[in-house]
Amino acid sequence: MYGDRIKKHIFTRRVDQFFRDIYDISKFFRTFFKEAFKRPFHFNELINQCYEVGYRSLPLITLTGFIIGIVFTIQSRPPLENFGASSWLPSLMGIAIIKSLGPLVTSLICAGKVGSGIGAELGSMKVTEQIEAMEVSSIHPFKYLVVNRILATTITIPILSFYCCFIALMGSFINVHFEESSSIITFYQNAFSTITFIDIIESTIKAVTYGFTIGFVGCYNGYNASQGTRGVGRAANLAVVYAMFIIFIEEILIVQIFTWIINS
Amino acid sequence: MDKIKQHFIDKEEQVISISGLYKSFGDLKVLNGIDFTLYKGENVAILGKSGTGKSVLIKIIVGLLRPDRGEVFALGKPVHSLNHKDLDALRLRIGFSFQSSALYDGMNVYQNLAFPLTMNAKHLTKKEVDTAVEKVLDAVNLRNKKKQMPSELSGGQRKRIGIARTLILKPEIMLYDEPTAGLDPITSTEIIQLINEVQQRYNTSSIIITHDLTCARNTSDRTAMLLDGRFAKVGQFDEIFNTEDQHLKEFYNYNFIQ
Repeated sequence: MYGDRIKKHIFTRRVDQFFRDIYDISKFFRTFFKEAFKRPFHFNELINQCYEVGYRSLPLITLTGFIIGIVFTIQSRPPLENFGASSWLPSLMGIAIIKSLGPLVTSLICAGKVGSGIGAELGSMKVTEQIEAMEVSSIHPFKYLVVNRILATTITIPILSFYCCFIALMGSFINVHFEESSSIITFYQNAFSTITFIDIIESTIKAVTYGFTIGFVGCYNGYNASQGTRGVGRAANLAVVYAMFIIFIEEILIVQIFTWIINS
Repeated sequence: MDKIKQHFIDKEEQVISISGLYKSFGDLKVLNGIDFTLYKGENVAILGKSGTGKSVLIKIIVGLLRPDRGEVFALGKPVHSLNHKDLDALRLRIGFSFQSSALYDGMNVYQNLAFPLTMNAKHLTKKEVDTAVEKVLDAVNLRNKKKQMPSELSGGQRKRIGIARTLILKPEIMLYDEPTAGLDPITSTEIIQLINEVQQRYNTSSIIITHDLTCARNTSDRTAMLLDGRFAKVGQFDEIFNTEDQHLKEFYNYNFIQ
């Protein structure tokens, strides 16, 4: 009897917390769009954040993109050869990388590297009262810290995604070149032969959505961190876990939407 | 070390006026009906045990927290009824020195000091910003630390830079949150001297939140004792220190044992 009451109490508290979280997230979302289009604009800080997100992620994206391109090509070759369709390999890689792998891999790497960094940085600023120090100096911390970081990830991750696609296709080309001695022009012509304008749009929309998600989730968790250094670790952790989870859900939704658009 | 009491307190001009202030966090009642006035040119030390709501009180004054009930007027403005723009303008006139100093980790000392100025006065030239930074660094005696990162500074130096960062905006009111907490006696004495110098040089009115009796005695014109969410006694330091009230005596005895 007493145990049931405790369980019920825990359940109602969790439901209550769930709706509070939904409210807080929607408020954070609303504040972002309200502040993003309001003066003053901190262009220097935005460029600084784009540099932090973009330039500093380049080596990791280059390495991962190249490996993915080469590995996928190596593993896709035998089944295609069984059907005598190895000439379709560049097209297959083109579709796989540009439509899905490029944006997804880039965003997952950035969720780990950039998202956790944002969560930890803002979390640390929150628990050491640096955010309050900005507020009392009449500097809007949301505008300066959150808006610039979310805009930076939203702008930079699509660029990184296209860069990743290019590098992955280069990896793929190297394997194809060694196996079939085909030229780079032939490879890229074949790779892009089945890519349509709508595929590029789909890839761009995916990358923009993932970029926004990484910035938003990182900033939300960092900005609302509490409980000292433990809270900072938690913010960094949640920034990665939630961002990755949401990115996969967005992937399914965007793919479904574009499949529906193409079919209709 | 006696406080140099050369400044003029204008009892006609209230710079902070608080009436019927209540604040709770969940079931925990922190402030339970605070009435208080700070006059122009006056330094008031607020004493009290940890967790009695001293920091909460000054965070309410500067608009970082909202009270459950009650009114706070700072420089004649109702802090919690102001729109964003007016609150920003008011905050520029109130300096807040944090207990942890709250220096921006990613910026060096110069950038920490220049940041509030460049964000609030965009028309200033680089030379004007440099001059302002030099001036406040001079005021806190840390002219040679301009290029150092906060992590490279000692606790006392961090406190000084924190104070300098508020001074750069030339505030009329200074709110100090535990300015001597965690410092050795010599550094504490330096900070106490700095608080007095700031008042002399910038003609500020100040609230000093502390549980350090030396700091309270040497900086304050009046001392207020916060107990159970209310001011149990407000008056001259000696008047409060020599009280027969058992609750207040407990605090002093504890402080001396410490």
